[in-house]
Amino acid sequence: MLKYVAKRILLAIVTIWAVATLTFFLMNMVPGGPFLSEKAISPQATAALEAKYGLDKPLMQRYFTYLTDALHGDFGDSLKQRGRTVMSIIKMKFPVSARVGGISVLVALCLGVPLGCIAALRRGKFLDSLISVFATCGIAVPSFVVCTLLMYFLGVNLKILPTMGLTSWKHYIMPVISLAFYPTAYIMRLMRSSMLDVLGQDYMRTAKAKGVSGFWIMFKHAMRNAILPVVTYVGPMLAYTVTGSFVVEKIFVIPGLGGEFIGAISGRDYTLIMGTTIFLATLIVLMNVVVDIIYKLVDPRIKLK
Amino acid sequence: MSEYLVDIKNERLSFFTPAGEVKALNDVSIHLKEGEVLGIVGESGSGKSVTAYSLMGLTAHPGKLLGGSLYFNGHQIEQLSEKEMRKIRGNEISIIFQDPMTSLNPVYTIGNQIMEAILLHTEKTRAQAKDRAKELLELVGINEPEKRLKQYPHELSGGMRQRVMIAIALACEPKLLIADEPTTALDVTIQAQILELMMELKDKLGMAIIMITHDLGVVASMCERIAVMYAGKIVEYGTAEDIFYEPKHQYTKGLIRSIPRLDTKEHERLVPIEGTPVDMLNPPKGCPFAPRCEECMKICLREMPPVTNFGEVHYTQCWLNQKEERSANE
Repeated sequence: MLKYVAKRILLAIVTIWAVATLTFFLMNMVPGGPFLSEKAISPQATAALEAKYGLDKPLMQRYFTYLTDALHGDFGDSLKQRGRTVMSIIKMKFPVSARVGGISVLVALCLGVPLGCIAALRRGKFLDSLISVFATCGIAVPSFVVCTLLMYFLGVNLKILPTMGLTSWKHYIMPVISLAFYPTAYIMRLMRSSMLDVLGQDYMRTAKAKGVSGFWIMFKHAMRNAILPVVTYVGPMLAYTVTGSFVVEKIFVIPGLGGEFIGAISGRDYTLIMGTTIFLATLIVLMNVVVDIIYKLVDPRIKLK
Repeated sequence: MSEYLVDIKNERLSFFTPAGEVKALNDVSIHLKEGEVLGIVGESGSGKSVTAYSLMGLTAHPGKLLGGSLYFNGHQIEQLSEKEMRKIRGNEISIIFQDPMTSLNPVYTIGNQIMEAILLHTEKTRAQAKDRAKELLELVGINEPEKRLKQYPHELSGGMRQRVMIAIALACEPKLLIADEPTTALDVTIQAQILELMMELKDKLGMAIIMITHDLGVVASMCERIAVMYAGKIVEYGTAEDIFYEPKHQYTKGLIRSIPRLDTKEHERLVPIEGTPVDMLNPPKGCPFAPRCEECMKICLREMPPVTNFGEVHYTQCWLNQKEERSANE
């Protein structure tokens, strides 16, 4: 176990370093820069700005400076949002996205897992078809369509839900539905197929022959075996969802981290691009370790090496 | 009430598949007393397992019981609700399955799976159930039971897992143990051990056993009574002596002929039963074995033969015997 933890930490560092390096060079290959704007700025002013943020130095030197600073926990100042460090932006916006995203993942799990089970149990019956239709819609319909439809009907026509901001629990409903739509559908499909597989296993027959009731057969014997694919999916999905969705946050005017990812890239805010990317990479790596550990807890046959 | 522990009369059961109705059981009657061992022999798809499963109410979808009466130990199985049936399963009737490698749930410990049956059917506390589980593991010949209780199925060998399956089956001291090809998936040395263990436990606990197998060697050594099944029918029924020394049905004779013998000479071939099993979707009108029967007569293809009795137990369904009986009567 100790060896496993050491190995995973080492692997995590290498992964994050690779992501950081790739992002650094890729973003510098993209034409444009942080200080271009429609307003004409004098070349002297641009040069002064670039000198201030060290952008006039050679690329390799900037790369090593960035890595050293990052290792010391200094991710630099935002180039576009004056007076804010990258860390402070993430600290301020991540909790907002995390709250909306976290609730969405919970909703997706609470709906997706039972519905998937029901579909498997009622295989070929009406309920199964109904759930399958919903699952297909959930996967095929993009989130901006869901957002717009929700907003149009619930927000504008019926006026029962607020359409922007995040100040009361009512404000959470539409963003959460939009964010949970796709993962719910995906989890349902995963759960249905793995449940069908498990239901056909010999040990299910053994459980029945022991006199175990239908509920416990599902809950104790089937669920634990069938849940693994869902765990695999939910780990990384959680990392993506809690860091916010650009589309959903833009439409519902939520001050979350999702917008920063895109904003940073379109504004060539180099330090913020690096900061948000490393943050997301770290979360994903972390979630993968969590998934591995949950795997081990759920299925004793899995050895962590 | 019946004088028998199990008394199945004229059971008819069909699977309604998308391709059509498969008559899996056609007028099957079986009975055995407490403590008796009945062997059901037949090839794959002959209805051996279906008969046994229906007695536990475990008929798989889309199977449906169409008629007949299934009596077991004071219960009329076909009239019981699912809830009442659950009280019988694992308690009064237990079953051991063919493949011990896949019949145990991989994510729970051996202890958990044995204790589950005990806790379901008795008033025992967890601690008492654990003691009982340990006792059961010792009973089925597993060493270091304390340690095994905490192990997972994948940590045990096939033979050990089958012993665990037997321990689970015996947890509540059932009146009837159904063994569905319990040794097919095991290698030969382990097979003998498991069979020996089953016979030993039968004598110790006094339960009846229905032994489902396609291995005539197994039934010969274990069973007092033997039912030979073919295409959802019992074609011959009798004591082990009847079946082995005075087989009346051509199928039974074929089965016995096809057993490899120790005194077979070099280059001598095994004697198979020619032909292929019946297409259960389109069974023949007459005797289902007729197309493969060496002594097939015209009437065999037209009509199902009636039962011919030889003595108290032994009977068969074959026109040849009818002919003999008739000529004997005349």
